[in-house]
Amino acid sequence: MKLDKLARAGQSIQEAREHPSPWMIVWIALKNHKGALVGAGVFTFIVLAVLIGPLVYSIDPQLTDTAVRNQGMSWQHPLGTDNLGRDMLAQMLSGGRIALAVGFAAMLLSLGVGTAIGVVAGYYKRLDGPLMRLTDLFLALPLLPLLLVIIMLFRDTLRAAFGPERGIFFLIVLGIGITSWMQTARIVRGETLAIKEREFVLAATSMGTTGLHIITKHILPNILSPIMVSATLGIANAIITESTLSFLGLGFPPDFPTWGRLLFDGANFIGIEGATARVIWPGLAISLTVLSVNYIGDALRDAIDPRVRNK
Amino acid sequence: MLKYLSKRLFFAIPTLIVISFVLFALLDLAPNDPTGNLPQTIPQEVREEIRESLGLNKPFHIRYFKWMQQFFVNEPLNLIEEVTGLEIGDSDSRLRVRSWLTRSPVVDLIIERLPQTLWVVGLSYIVGIMIALPIGVISAYKQYSWFDQIGTFISMVGFSVPTFFTGLVMIIIFSVTLSWFPSTYDTTHVVKDLQSLWFQVKQMAMPVMVLAFYNAAQLSRFMRASVLENLNLDYVRTARAKGLRDRSILLKHILRNSMLPVITMIALGVPTIFTGAIITEQVFRVNGIGQLLITGIQSADIPLVQSLSFLFAVLIVTFNLLADVIYGILDPRIRYE
Repeated sequence: MKLDKLARAGQSIQEAREHPSPWMIVWIALKNHKGALVGAGVFTFIVLAVLIGPLVYSIDPQLTDTAVRNQGMSWQHPLGTDNLGRDMLAQMLSGGRIALAVGFAAMLLSLGVGTAIGVVAGYYKRLDGPLMRLTDLFLALPLLPLLLVIIMLFRDTLRAAFGPERGIFFLIVLGIGITSWMQTARIVRGETLAIKEREFVLAATSMGTTGLHIITKHILPNILSPIMVSATLGIANAIITESTLSFLGLGFPPDFPTWGRLLFDGANFIGIEGATARVIWPGLAISLTVLSVNYIGDALRDAIDPRVRNK
Repeated sequence: MLKYLSKRLFFAIPTLIVISFVLFALLDLAPNDPTGNLPQTIPQEVREEIRESLGLNKPFHIRYFKWMQQFFVNEPLNLIEEVTGLEIGDSDSRLRVRSWLTRSPVVDLIIERLPQTLWVVGLSYIVGIMIALPIGVISAYKQYSWFDQIGTFISMVGFSVPTFFTGLVMIIIFSVTLSWFPSTYDTTHVVKDLQSLWFQVKQMAMPVMVLAFYNAAQLSRFMRASVLENLNLDYVRTARAKGLRDRSILLKHILRNSMLPVITMIALGVPTIFTGAIITEQVFRVNGIGQLLITGIQSADIPLVQSLSFLFAVLIVTFNLLADVIYGILDPRIRYE
């Protein structure tokens, strides 16, 4: 039954291939994958909630009110309050904004770096060796320890330069971006190598098209689908990494708490009446976001994988 | 094979040297002062003396080569001496990589912390593999059955939910609510009799399960994909045509072939679980090398952080090499030029 569905998905994708639009592939992939459909719904809901939520739910997340400390769920504070009486829902919404902003920005950076390196390595034979050695070198780096070290070392400098919130934001985005581009680079290089040998590229080359033009007009549009799969994985990875850093106390400061930081702060109050939820809500938010993004990525990968598609 | 191996080693060594240089340079370039944490009352001259005693006034390349010498020559020699009891050269005046915080040699600190990490991480990896392989095989064999659907969903969850959250949820359920297990790991605990052994099992249960679940989630997906790829190959049809039973086709023919990439994956995963254990050790307060790294980072203990991160890099490079070698040995079709 499921095979049947996959076959149908394959057929409609092949139709879509005739009018090549990567967004079409995304749509078809989501339409035929139940998990991905739910995932896309959940992800859209979370994104909308953190974007619109703070406008509608206008309690200041940093407003302390010691009269209502460590409270459970109530009408006044739907997700309860923390040990300083700050509203958890407001903190969750503003924390989600930062977490998702970091996720998107870091994903874009790593995608940009990875795609650039991958395309250049694939297209220019001379640069292939050195760039791939560089990729291998980065893959051999212990990434989490390295990220922790980078943040420890440059936190104060960047904070002084850009202010506390923006400084740490730049640092984390940069850190995640430059430590997660390698898989994208490898995939993009492989796809570029395959596309480069096709006739239309040969035709373009024989007409005297420059390398840059061929890359931007002929190669990149044709490898957009694997890049989009990388993008979903990149968001998931960036959100997890940011929350891990914050959880280890080396991410966002407590005055701009992200989900990871809220979890870190809440973890100290486990066992106190009414405070257990402080761990559950942010953790659930991180998990649901990553899970939904991973489901979307799974569906996209199935959609562009010829082995699955041709079944 | 030997030729290939030597070629790979030939590439691995420069990689490690470049990584050590990157780590050293990164930590060195950073605006950071080891005397920054000392009391404000210490006069400037004394500060200078402390910096000199740490060798900080030497130029960059000298410090780098000294560190290399300590790390690659002196410390291995010390280890050999300790294991064999032999004395090689002038061992007392040999310079060692020392922690700025505790003033003790970094290698000693690492050796002190290593058993806890190896126990928790190693056990969790084994448990994870043992859970993942059967689940992956059954999921693939009964593709799209309810078992496969549930298994795929659970592995997706395990793969997506960060370990610090699973860890905290387990603490909330099993130590706060049910009080079955202790929420922190007591390293001073000594196993003497059955009762203390039982306590050891109980305190290890949660960290091991958290990591095992995470590892199993990734591995079972991989195992499933690998078996699926083999299920429709010609040799399976031949075996079936010969009249072999499904069970023996699955266990003898398919399993062997689909294990090849999985074993590579297992070897490649070993270093990442060490770095992944940093988080779990933090959640359960296991004082392993992950926690050593975090405390080192928090107190800006540069030699310790340098050595530990480099050790992680060595692990990654070694296991990458090992994975390649194992693949070549297990799969006779692979012929390295």
